[in-house]
Amino acid sequence: MAISHDPWVWAAALLTLAIYSFLYKDNPFYKFAEHLYIGVSVGYFLYFIIWQQIVVPLIYDPLKVLFISPFHTKELLIIPPLILSIMMLGRISPRHAWMSRWPMAYVMGMGAGLAIPAYFQTNIFKQIEGTIISIPPATIEIVSTYYLNKLLVLIIVTCVLLFFYFSREHKGALGRITILGRWFLMLGFGAAFGYTVMARVSLLIGRLDFLLHTWLGIH
Amino acid sequence: MRRRGPLTLAFIAGVAMIIQFFSPHPILRTVYTEALNWYRIISAFTFMLGLISLMRSHITKVTHKRAGWGYSIVTIVSFIVMTILGFTYGTGAGTPFDKMYEYVYAPLGATVFSLLAFYLASASFRAFRARNIDATILLVVAIIIMLGRVPVGSFIRWGRFSLPGLAEWIMAYPNMAAQRGLLIGIALGAICMSLKIILGIERSYLGRGG
Repeated sequence: MAISHDPWVWAAALLTLAIYSFLYKDNPFYKFAEHLYIGVSVGYFLYFIIWQQIVVPLIYDPLKVLFISPFHTKELLIIPPLILSIMMLGRISPRHAWMSRWPMAYVMGMGAGLAIPAYFQTNIFKQIEGTIISIPPATIEIVSTYYLNKLLVLIIVTCVLLFFYFSREHKGALGRITILGRWFLMLGFGAAFGYTVMARVSLLIGRLDFLLHTWLGIH
Repeated sequence: MRRRGPLTLAFIAGVAMIIQFFSPHPILRTVYTEALNWYRIISAFTFMLGLISLMRSHITKVTHKRAGWGYSIVTIVSFIVMTILGFTYGTGAGTPFDKMYEYVYAPLGATVFSLLAFYLASASFRAFRARNIDATILLVVAIIIMLGRVPVGSFIRWGRFSLPGLAEWIMAYPNMAAQRGLLIGIALGAICMSLKIILGIERSYLGRGG
């Protein structure tokens, strides 16, 4: 057993324990770590994402070029988004909050315009394409595990989609199919839940591994 | 004008983005790239708006000495320190900014999310009391998936079938199919909502007032 002498490892270990102390009850150590996490993550996001990846290449550099040659056509394109961005800050004051509608409208409209073809392509056409069973050449055995699984996928997708079909009352044959659709949805939710739990547990194992091996040096 | 102008802008931006999708013309490619850059610039300022709001809330808490004001100082100071480290030393490997990321930000994030393992376990205990067939399916599938992904699961076998194999099959076929059905439903909903935004039917994002 060789306890780490690295102050950074000690900091990480103590902060990890401070967060886990919440399992007992809410306490000052947890609150300290929680507030530290908020501050550090905002600082990280501000410098690494906003400053380095947006402000410098998309605002600072074009403005520098414009300062040297004011009629550089391409860089003039920076002006409209800058105006919209400044209007966004109008939300700080209730009297000028209406100004933020313009950038909001641009973001919403653009997002909606991008979403329509993208959703059609990836979430509808591609998913339907993946569900359709292609009939194999006569030489290939049709009743194979692969085709049975594909048939099962087709049945489940149809049942789940019919579950969300509300234009007709869920009675009779449709009612029975929608019950199956609900069961299949439960199956999907159960699988997603189990998968999420395992992902969290693997994070927990990672933290325990850090505490035992990296910090305390227990092997 | 305070409403009609933004609604027109949303319509133009939305239609332009739909049109550019169907054409490989260089001018439309440039429009797309520039529109995305505009979007990112506005997003940066939106982040600044959130930052100003966060700092204003914490500074108010400190100046009025409201309950927990000491923790607000921690948030303010840690934010300032992280930002100064970034601007002073950069983000290269081994810099103080990188160390703060590796030994403060990343461990805290991983620990907070791993904490959910405990709460998921206790929540599932309450939720999974199999009262009906729906809850039973949820419970059985979740247990199969969880057991199938731990070493002990590989000891559970029936002839040539194993629990990890069953978990793998559930993930690959029934689960994928159920998720696919959901995905198609969500996509149809999102497309309808997008159309409502572009056509100005959905305008709640503009907020209240004239």
